[in-house]
Amino acid sequence: MLKIKNLHASIEDNEILKGINLEVKPGEVHAIMGPNGSGKSTLSSVLAGRDEYEVTEGSVEFLGQDLLDMEAEDRARAGVFLAFQYPVEIPGVSNINFLKTAINEAREKKGLEPMPAKEFLSRVKEKAKLVGLEGKFNNRSVNEGFSGGEKKRNEIFQMAMLEPKLAILDETDSGLDIDALKVVADGVNKLKSPDNATIVITHYQRLLDYIIPDYVHVLSNGKIVKTGGKELALELEERGYDWIKEEAVNA
Amino acid sequence: MLEATVEMSQKDKFLSHFGMIDFSFDKSPFKEKRKEAEDRLSNMEFPTSKTEYWKYTRVNKLIRQEYILGEQELSSEIDLGVPTENCLVFINGYYSEELSWTKSEEGIDFMPLSKAKEGNQPLADRFDQLSKKEEIFSTINSAYHQDGVFFHAKKGKLAESVYYVINISAGEKAISNPRNMVIMDEGSSAKMIFKNLSASEGYSFTNQLTEYFVGRNANLEVNKIESESDEAFLISNDECQQDESSQFKINTISLSGALLRNNLNIDLNGSHTETWMNGLSLLHGKQHVDHHTLIHHREPDCVSHELYKTIADDASTGVFNGKVYVHPIAQKTNAYQSNANMVLTDEAAVYSKPELEIYADDVKCSHGSTTGQLDEEALFYLRSRGIGQKKAIAVLLNAFLSDLVEHIGVEHLREEVQAVIDEKYSGVK
Ligand SMILES: Nc1ncnc2c1ncn2[C@@H]1O[C@H](COP(=O)(O)OP(=O)(O)OP(=O)(O)O)[C@@H](O)[C@H]1O
Ligand SMILES: [Mg+2]
Repeated sequence: MLKIKNLHASIEDNEILKGINLEVKPGEVHAIMGPNGSGKSTLSSVLAGRDEYEVTEGSVEFLGQDLLDMEAEDRARAGVFLAFQYPVEIPGVSNINFLKTAINEAREKKGLEPMPAKEFLSRVKEKAKLVGLEGKFNNRSVNEGFSGGEKKRNEIFQMAMLEPKLAILDETDSGLDIDALKVVADGVNKLKSPDNATIVITHYQRLLDYIIPDYVHVLSNGKIVKTGGKELALELEERGYDWIKEEAVNA
Repeated sequence: MLEATVEMSQKDKFLSHFGMIDFSFDKSPFKEKRKEAEDRLSNMEFPTSKTEYWKYTRVNKLIRQEYILGEQELSSEIDLGVPTENCLVFINGYYSEELSWTKSEEGIDFMPLSKAKEGNQPLADRFDQLSKKEEIFSTINSAYHQDGVFFHAKKGKLAESVYYVINISAGEKAISNPRNMVIMDEGSSAKMIFKNLSASEGYSFTNQLTEYFVGRNANLEVNKIESESDEAFLISNDECQQDESSQFKINTISLSGALLRNNLNIDLNGSHTETWMNGLSLLHGKQHVDHHTLIHHREPDCVSHELYKTIADDASTGVFNGKVYVHPIAQKTNAYQSNANMVLTDEAAVYSKPELEIYADDVKCSHGSTTGQLDEEALFYLRSRGIGQKKAIAVLLNAFLSDLVEHIGVEHLREEVQAVIDEKYSGVK
C-alpha cells in the first residue's frame, strides 16, 4: 500500500529526514516512536503533502501512485489521512460544513453527486458516537476553543467520516486522559479493516496496549534505526532511546 | 491692446459643471440653503496631499476630469432585479418615475425629495442640518444637489416593506449630486437599501449625501451597496443623528468602483442608544476604497459597535479611519471598534487607523486592527482533508466575512451579497 524508499527531506536547507525506508501493507498497524525532534512529524507532513518541506531524494508510492507528485488535496482524496499533532483552529467555519465540504469535494472529483443530506447526517451521528462526541461540536467552528483532548477526538471523528485507506496518527494520544485514550483507540480499532492501514506515532507504550501494532519502528535523527514487534515498545518504555542510538552508531 | 486672461482655478472649473442646472424649482427654505452653501464654497478649496482627512485618497484625478450632466433617462435597459414593493430609482441624480414603483404604506412617506420640498414641514425643519459645513464635497452637494429620496416613518410606525433606493450613473463622464433625507419619528422602525449602480462603462462621478434623523426609541437599518463600474468615482457622505434610546445600523458593502470614499458621521444626542457601523469591502483591480467614520458619544450610557473588514486583491488599496470621540459627560460609554483586513497579493495594501479620543473616565472602549494574509496553516488543514486549494481559499474568505454578512437584516440582500462573495472568490488563485 505504502512504499517509502530512501526518503530525504529538508526544510530551509536543514536536512530532517535522512533516508527513510518503510513499507506498510493493507491491514497492518505500524507504530513509530522516537525522541523529540527526530523527524516523526516531518515524516507525516511530507506524506500528507505540506509544501514547506522539500524532498531531496527518494520516493513514496501509495497504491501504485507516486505520492510525492500529488497535491495535498489529491492525496487526501486518494485515501491518505493525517491526524495532526496540533490540529488547527479555523474560526468562522463550522465543523459540520467543513466535513460536508470535504466529503462533497472528494465526491465531485470522482464524478459523484453531493452526498444526500440525510445520509450525511446519519453518518455524522454514527461516527460522532464512535468517538464520544455525539453532535456536541457540529455547529462550533473547527477546533476553535476546543480543549486539547477535544481537538484530538475531533481528528478521529474526521477520520471516521472520511474513511481513509491509510491513517497517520501523529501523537493523537498525547494530552488525552485515560478514558479519552480508550475512546480514541476504540474508534481507531473499529475502523480497522483488512484493506486499510494505520501508522501510529506515539511516545507512550500505553496507547499500544489498546492499538496493537504489528511493527514498532524507532526513528532517530531522521532515520529508522530499529524495527521490532510490539514488545519493542515495552523495552523502549523501560530503557529509553539511548541504547538504540548507541546501537545505531556502533552498527 | 491689453488682453486680460483669467486662469480659471481648478475648483471653479469643476463647479462650472453645475452652472447649467436649473434650480428654480426650489422654494424657501431650500433656496436659501443652496445659496448659503454656494457662498461657503467660495472660501473653500479641494483637499491636497497635505490634508490629513484625505491622506490616503487623492482627489486630484477625480476633480481634474471633464464631466457632463448626465441624461435623465437610460439609453439601454437595465435589470434592477429588486424583489421589493417599494423602490425609487434615480438616474444621474434625477428621479425616474418610469423605473420606480411604490406601494403606499400607512404612516410612511416615500417619495422623491423634489416632491417633498413642495411643502413637507418635517423636511423643511431638518434639511441640511447634519451636513458638514466645512467639508467641500458635502457643501458642493448642498449647493448643487439634484434629486434623491425622502423617507419618513411616522410616530410608532413599524415599516413592513423594505425601502429600496437605487442611484444609477449612466453615460460616460456623468456627474451627479444625489441627496437623500431619512426621518424616523419616535418609536418607528424601518429597513432601507441604498444601491449605487452604473449603467455604462467609462468614468463617472457621484457625490451623494444622506441625512438620517433617528428619533427617540426608533430603529433604522441602512444597507448601502456600492456596485459601480470599474472606472466610477463615488463620494458618499452619510450623516446620522440619534436621539435617546434609538438604534441605528449601517452596513456599507463596497463591491466595485475605481474610487469609493465613504464618510460616515454619527452624533449620539441622547442616552441609551445603540449603534452598529459595519463595512464589508471586496477590492479588486486598482480599486481604492476609503472609509472614514466618526462617532460622537455626547451622552452617557450609549453603546457603539464598529466592524469593518476588507479583502484586498490584485493591486487594490483599502483605507480605514475610524474615530470614536467620547465627550466628558458620556460616562458608561461602551465603544467597540474592530478592523480586520486580508491582503491577497503583494501589490495590494490596506491602511488602518483607529482613533480613540476619550474624555470620560468610566467607559469601556476597545479597538483592534489586524491586516494579514490567508492563514497558511488553516489552508493546509483544509487541503489535507481533500478540499481543493481554490475551494479552501473560498471557505476561509467566507469565514472571514461571515459575521458581516450576518449583519444584513434583509434576507434577499444577504443572499445577494453571499452570491457575490461566492462568485468573486470561487476562482481565487
Ligand atoms: N520550519 C522549520 N524550520 C526549521 N526546522 C524545523 C522546522 N520544522 C521542524 N524543524 C526541525 O525538524 C526537526 C524534526 O521535527 P519534527 O517535528 O519532525 O520532530 P518530531 O519527531 O515530531 O518531534 P516531537 O516528538 O517533539 O513531536 C526538529 O529539530 C525541528 O526543530
Ligand atoms: Mg511531532
